[in-house]
Order: sequence, then structure tokens, then C-alpha cells
Amino acid sequence: MGARQRIVIAKPGLDGHDRGAKVVARALRDGGHEVIYTGLRRTPDQIVRTVMDEDARFVGLSSLSGAHSHLFPKVCNLLREAGLDDVVVFGGGIIPEDDRSQLFDAGVRAIFGPGTPSTEILEFVEFASGLNCGVGSPDEWHWGE
Amino acid sequence: MERRQLARQLSAIENGELQVVKTEGLIVAITGPPGVGKSCLVDGILHRLAPKHKVAVLAIDPTSPISGGALLGDRIRLSVLDDAEKSDSIYVRSIATRSSSGSIPSIVSDLANHLLASNFDLVIIETVGAGQSEMRCAAIANRIIVVEGPSRGDGVQAEKAGLLELADLIVVNKSDLEGASKVVNDLTVSLTLTNDAPPIILASATEGVGLDELSEKILSLEERVSSRRARVRQQLLMAHENVLVRNPAFEAIIDRMSEEGLSIEDALREFDE
Repeated sequence: MGARQRIVIAKPGLDGHDRGAKVVARALRDGGHEVIYTGLRRTPDQIVRTVMDEDARFVGLSSLSGAHSHLFPKVCNLLREAGLDDVVVFGGGIIPEDDRSQLFDAGVRAIFGPGTPSTEILEFVEFASGLNCGVGSPDEWHWGE
Repeated sequence: MERRQLARQLSAIENGELQVVKTEGLIVAITGPPGVGKSCLVDGILHRLAPKHKVAVLAIDPTSPISGGALLGDRIRLSVLDDAEKSDSIYVRSIATRSSSGSIPSIVSDLANHLLASNFDLVIIETVGAGQSEMRCAAIANRIIVVEGPSRGDGVQAEKAGLLELADLIVVNKSDLEGASKVVNDLTVSLTLTNDAPPIILASATEGVGLDELSEKILSLEERVSSRRARVRQQLLMAHENVLVRNPAFEAIIDRMSEEGLSIEDALREFDE
């Protein structure tokens, strides 16, 4: 098991589907991490404030409403503006393949769709915590490339 | 104070990398059974104290004894964080109990003192809500608010010794539900036999009842003289536990006890060495 990380799991935008976010939060908890769950319908500003106040190293964004192409890059930009360059962003939900490269370009380091084994998310967290792949890093690496 | 820097400092304290000096100031613990409405009451208090007062909240949730992980969900109830005018004077931090035995990790004392030193007027500690083991909050907080609610057993519960005796203020929440005023009556009758009985407030966090009074009182709460000895006792217990928990061999010895059958007597002997 890797080092304990503080991880925010957030639901941005108008989307009431939280089963996935809760399952991921639970899997990360069982993997020995401290998970801060934001609850539903958060704005990008609220998410960034939570990440800052909680001094989290990772933030996982869950979206099943189709607004990921707007909301995920917005969170990434606000994190950089707030100087939270070392925070690692990952996402999940219903994210079509065609949308993913644009999200990776915006700074998202992993996208986990339905059917992802929870162990893979834990592997990602352990691997990414050893890299300099925060949202402000020029590194273009992303999980599964 | 820059929020980012503050958040980083608190992490450093939590990880034992930063020493804290004790600071004078108001540290209030809000305790009571799970689901009684502690988070919602805290939200109501914050709505009334901010932005005039700078308030920090340390919200504690349990760490899994199996995985060492934790799910921290107290922020969900804090609608005040969505209020742009108020949220700048509020700082909320979720804390996992980690390796401490009770429901209040001793590190919370250092975190609270650091927040007071960072110019917060008041630090609220929201406890896990694990029942009588919450007595430990007396070691850290200088005021204790115990939250009770309806349908939590008969009048004999009010007579049982423990946490209630340490309360500087009692809130009976969920006044909108049946039975809340009966709880107030039971508590009042029980407390008439005490010399310095704490005040009781009947409140409803969801309907906003009693929250003005609670928010006013929280800033000027008197410390109960009769609980002073109990506080010192909890402080001593906590200090003693720290010696054990902060021993670098602590986790390794637990592993050897659970996997290799190391006896408690031998384990204690190893700690002494």
C-alpha cells in the first residue's frame, strides 16, 4: 500500500448521480486514503476552495451529465490560478472517448469510465503521487497512455 | 493569513513536522450522538457569526481501524461555505482520527491552538459522536456543548453519569419532532440536583429555532467549575496515551501482536525499553 493521500472527491455541476463518486470514495478509503467528499452540485470555485482548505493532493471529478468538457478544464484552470499547481486531477463518469484528449490537454491525468476496477484507481494514485504531474506541471503524461 | 499557507501548516502539524505554542482563546467542542444534528447546528452557528467573527471548524470523522483510510463528509452539511460573503471568514478542516484510541485525536489540540494563533476568534471542534468516549474532548476544548435529541431512550438516560456532567451548555435539537420538549424536561429535572447546572437550549437546526440564542451564548459561555478536575484528568489521560501512540514502534508492535501472537505484557515491556 502506498503513502496515505488526502483526496477530494467532487461532483461538479448539475448532476445528481453520485453512486459512482461514492463507490470511488469508498474504494480510496479502503485503500488507506483520507477522502473528503463534497456532496452534490458543487461549482468549480467551491471545489477548488475545498481542495485548498483541506490541503488535498488529489481531486477526483465525477460527471454523468455531459458537462465534463466545460467543468473539468474549468476546475483545472481555477486550481492553477489559485497556485495549487501540485494538485493531481482525475475524472470519471460518462466521458466519451472522443472527449478525452481535450481533457488530458487541460491537465486531467486520468479518466476512469464505468467498469474500471477500483484497484486500478488505487494504482493510479500510488503511481501519480511519485510523479510531478500536478495540474500546473508541463508534463503531458496521463494514465493509460 | 493566506488560506493555502494555513492549510499546509495544519498538515505539517498533523504529520508531526511543526511544533505549536499554546495560545489563549475559545475552543468549543460540539459533541453528541451520531445523527443528532451537530453539523447542521454548526452550520446555523456559522451563518450567524460570520462574517463578523472569524471562525474555524475542525470536523472529526473516524479512521478505519482496518485500512487506515477515512471518509470525511462533514463539509456536505455546511451550506454556509456556499455563501460568498461569509465563507472568507470561515475555515473548515476535516480531520481523521488516525491512530488515536478515542474519538478525538490529541493532535486536534495543536491544530486548534494554531488556528487561534492565526487570528481566529473561535475554534469549533465537531466530534465524531461516538458517545461517552467523547469525554476526551474535555482535554482539548475549554467549553463543551452537548447536543441531545428526541427518541434517545427514556428519562433514565438523563440520569446516567458521564458526558452530560461536563457540558457547559446543552442543546436539545430537533424541536420540530415529537418528544424534544420531554427530553428538555427530563434533563432539567436531573440537573436541578446539580449545583452549577448548565443552561439548556431547545433548538431546531432545520427550522432555525434557537440558533440566535445558541450563537450568542457560544461566545460568552461560562466554564463549569465542577468539571475542572474532570478536564485535568482527561488531559493527563491524553498525554499518557500520546507517549504510546507517538512511539515509532507503535504500529509495528500492533502487527506483531495480531500476526505473531506477541502478548500484551511483552508489548508493554517493549514500549518501556
